[in-house]
Amino acid sequence: MDAESLLLALELASGSGQGLSPDRRASLLTSLMLVKRDYRFDRVLFWGRILGLVADYYIAQGVSEDQLAPRKTLYSLNCMEWSLLPPATKEMETQTSVVKGRFMGDPSHEYEHTELQKVNEGEKVFEEEVVVQIKEETRLVSVIDQIDKAVAVIPRGALFKTPFGPINVNRTFEGLSLSEAKKLSSYFHFREPVELKNKTLLEKAELDPSLDFMDSLEHDIPKGCSDFPEVHPSGSILEDNGQCSGNFSG
Amino acid sequence: MGDPPPDPEPPSQPTSSSRNSQVSERRRSRERTRPLVPEELQQIPLDPQILRGSQEVLSNQSNLRGWPQRASLTPNENLVFQAEDPYVNPGFSAEVQPQAYLSEGRLQASHNASLMLPQLQQGEGNLFQQLESAYQGSPADLPGQFTMYQREDLPFSQGTQHGPYMRDDPTLQFSPSELGFMSFNMELPEPEPRELAVQNAKAYLLQTSVNSDLSLYEHLANLLTKILNQRPEDPLFLLESLNRTTQWEWFHPKLDTLRDDPEMQPTYEMAERQKALFGRSSSGEGEQEMEEETAETAVPNIMEKAFYFEQAGVGLSSDESFRVFMALKQLVEQQPIHTCRFWGKILGLSRSYLVAEVEFREGEEEAEEEEVEEMTEGGEGMEAHGEEEGDEDEDKATDVIPKPTWKPPPVIPKEDSRTGTNRYLYFVCNEPGRPWMRLPHVTPIQIVQARKIRKFFTGYLDAPVISYPPFPGNEANYLRAQIARISAATHISPLGFYQFGEEEGDEEEEGGAGRDSYEENPDFEGIPVLELVDSMANWVHHTQHILPQGRCTWVNPLQKTEEEEELGEEEEKADEGVEEVEQEVGPPLLTPLSEDAEIMHMAPWTARLSCTLSPQYSVAVVRSNLWPGAYAYASGKKFENIYIGWGHKYSPENFNPSLPAPIQHEYPSGPDTIEMSDPTVEEEQALKAAQEQALAAAEEEEEDEEEDEDEDQDD
Repeated sequence: MDAESLLLALELASGSGQGLSPDRRASLLTSLMLVKRDYRFDRVLFWGRILGLVADYYIAQGVSEDQLAPRKTLYSLNCMEWSLLPPATKEMETQTSVVKGRFMGDPSHEYEHTELQKVNEGEKVFEEEVVVQIKEETRLVSVIDQIDKAVAVIPRGALFKTPFGPINVNRTFEGLSLSEAKKLSSYFHFREPVELKNKTLLEKAELDPSLDFMDSLEHDIPKGCSDFPEVHPSGSILEDNGQCSGNFSG
Repeated sequence: MGDPPPDPEPPSQPTSSSRNSQVSERRRSRERTRPLVPEELQQIPLDPQILRGSQEVLSNQSNLRGWPQRASLTPNENLVFQAEDPYVNPGFSAEVQPQAYLSEGRLQASHNASLMLPQLQQGEGNLFQQLESAYQGSPADLPGQFTMYQREDLPFSQGTQHGPYMRDDPTLQFSPSELGFMSFNMELPEPEPRELAVQNAKAYLLQTSVNSDLSLYEHLANLLTKILNQRPEDPLFLLESLNRTTQWEWFHPKLDTLRDDPEMQPTYEMAERQKALFGRSSSGEGEQEMEEETAETAVPNIMEKAFYFEQAGVGLSSDESFRVFMALKQLVEQQPIHTCRFWGKILGLSRSYLVAEVEFREGEEEAEEEEVEEMTEGGEGMEAHGEEEGDEDEDKATDVIPKPTWKPPPVIPKEDSRTGTNRYLYFVCNEPGRPWMRLPHVTPIQIVQARKIRKFFTGYLDAPVISYPPFPGNEANYLRAQIARISAATHISPLGFYQFGEEEGDEEEEGGAGRDSYEENPDFEGIPVLELVDSMANWVHHTQHILPQGRCTWVNPLQKTEEEEELGEEEEKADEGVEEVEQEVGPPLLTPLSEDAEIMHMAPWTARLSCTLSPQYSVAVVRSNLWPGAYAYASGKKFENIYIGWGHKYSPENFNPSLPAPIQHEYPSGPDTIEMSDPTVEEEQALKAAQEQALAAAEEEEEDEEEDEDEDQDD
């Protein structure tokens, strides 16, 4: 949610039951402005909230000129002080895939995971139980990254690609019409395209290269994992992703 | 009216042919190479009515049989015809068109119903010949026939209505009696094959394509209209591109970028429904109604609770909460409700459910319950009968089919309404404004099965729940079972708000099964918010825990009820090896939360202050970690529970559906059923040899014995 239209977006997404209390909303509005100024972002988006046992993390992302470039992620525990998170890497993902259960809410908390590792001591090779410590911050980073890759969704036409490379916001985009908004094919995964190059030439002939440069939601497996449960009285449609329930796109 | 022309057949042919030509002219306009007829041209401007009449025929695309279609055309085609007029004059080959319809007009005038019918069935062939003959037909009769046509047209318009199309030309209304009279008069000769072919051809053309609603006839009509409107230079050359454009345009209505699109329908419908919510009830007006409303109603103060939940960061937006409030008010008006509470919202894939927890007034609900019970009992009685008769038949038969040894597990009876899991009634609706639907009571087996599966709700109550192990019921039952589980696990209140009633004899009677009722404590003073947040012991469950059996109070499934004793004397004998079933015990009512089991070293509840910046005005919020989406707040003397979520329990691992049971053994394997290999020849011979040896040895022994005996005797 863009910091500028935060309140409206929160209202629209309230159908899922998750919202922000007034004090959080007020502090978010203020602090996001400051973050934008300090980090010199083009836009600051409020990504969401991850619930933890002791405390909740509030996540924000900053976007620079190129929309599809990796974003900088920040987290805060009280919506006032924000800390930058390191970018996600593959090793982080494999490392944190073993941790299950809820977040604690304490960024310095360390999860202990015992692994059997082969240790060479001289000539002997035997397995030893090694306790691997995984920091919660790492887990946070990789979880955010996975969620983004899986479910970040953008409507067709909102971004366009120029021949020079950078991807810009389409200022003439007025939204999708109601009939288009109900179709899965008018939404894209907001990430580097994976399936695009696998399409046949016939399919590619129908695509518009300036608009269709990301994977569409149509071909997701399992079918029906993204759906449209609600039409808000104002006409906006809420789309929720079944793979990662808790993610709502308005 | 009925002036049968002297010559039925030739006029019929030209008429039909002319009609055919009109029907097929668009196809054949470029194929015709008829000679011009100067006489025809003169007569072109003569008959606007005939023109209209003949045009109307073609417009009738739904049905070929029956007179009315002949006589009507859409204004479109009317225009086309008229537009074609000047075009025809310069000598274009399609000039036959005016000739065609003129002749038809003339010929129509000279025909009666009986002839028109067979004409409809005429074949396509020989159009040229027919036209010529028509042309030679009765030019002189034109004036007289014209007038006749006027009159005659009327009776036929509503003739034998074979299709759904109803003509809306007011001049063509008349009573069936006239028709009957007319048809009585006429003779119906055999339909000519050509007419039949024409009709078939037109029907074929009007067939709509599989992929769309467009028929070839319509498409050709559109194409020709377009061509005639645009008048391109070389239409034959452009025919294909025009064809494609016409087709495309049919499916892509032009959107005007400068003007707004026509507005969306679904939002209007929704707004209409919700408008009904906001209307005041019709009973009573003015002051009386105000007084009634200010008195106590069963509708809770949703807005206040929404405010508190908003402080906690939970809940629906304020306008949606207000709509929920109005919807609950509507529910209270419709049903005899004693208390009502907004239980929460369960999200679904297509639609969501708003759930209201209600208690009916005394005695209201039982009427419906009894009906349902009677039906089920009647069903069971019938089944029992069937079984007994089946048993007898089996005994009589010579081949006794082996009875399966599997007996279904005993059905655990569901709890009575107003007790245990069925303490409250639940109503659901998809949106405020839609009607509230009542959920059925939950049975223990449904709860047991619901624990094993995990399905998203679709939003439709009658959707089937396809899962393994199979869930006994549809989505309404599954929803009810989940609601029961969530209520039992997450409905909490501050310690002291509820207390047990003062009946002390309960404990001894029920054998420690616990009390199942509570009442509000009038002396409750409220617990300070900080204490509520600090310790989980300050909160208690006020709903009964559901036992593994699926009920709140334990029932021994092996106890025979009266019905079972009547039926199954045989079963009693079989049940000699009764397993002793242990009584299941759960934590008693009003247990504090600190006693709840942990999941994976994680506390099952999280308590927070709603706002750390202003603790003096904060609300204590408790969130369940076991059922994500269940929240409770407490502040002073007020508290409330709500659930907004998907309806699933939290599990650290991904859900794995249970595997199907292993394949059952069909038969015990033994020497009877298993194929054994036959002994080989060597084995048989070896066996034989061994047997002989044994025999020989036996004989020798006998001989030895005899000898011994003889010796003995000798001695």
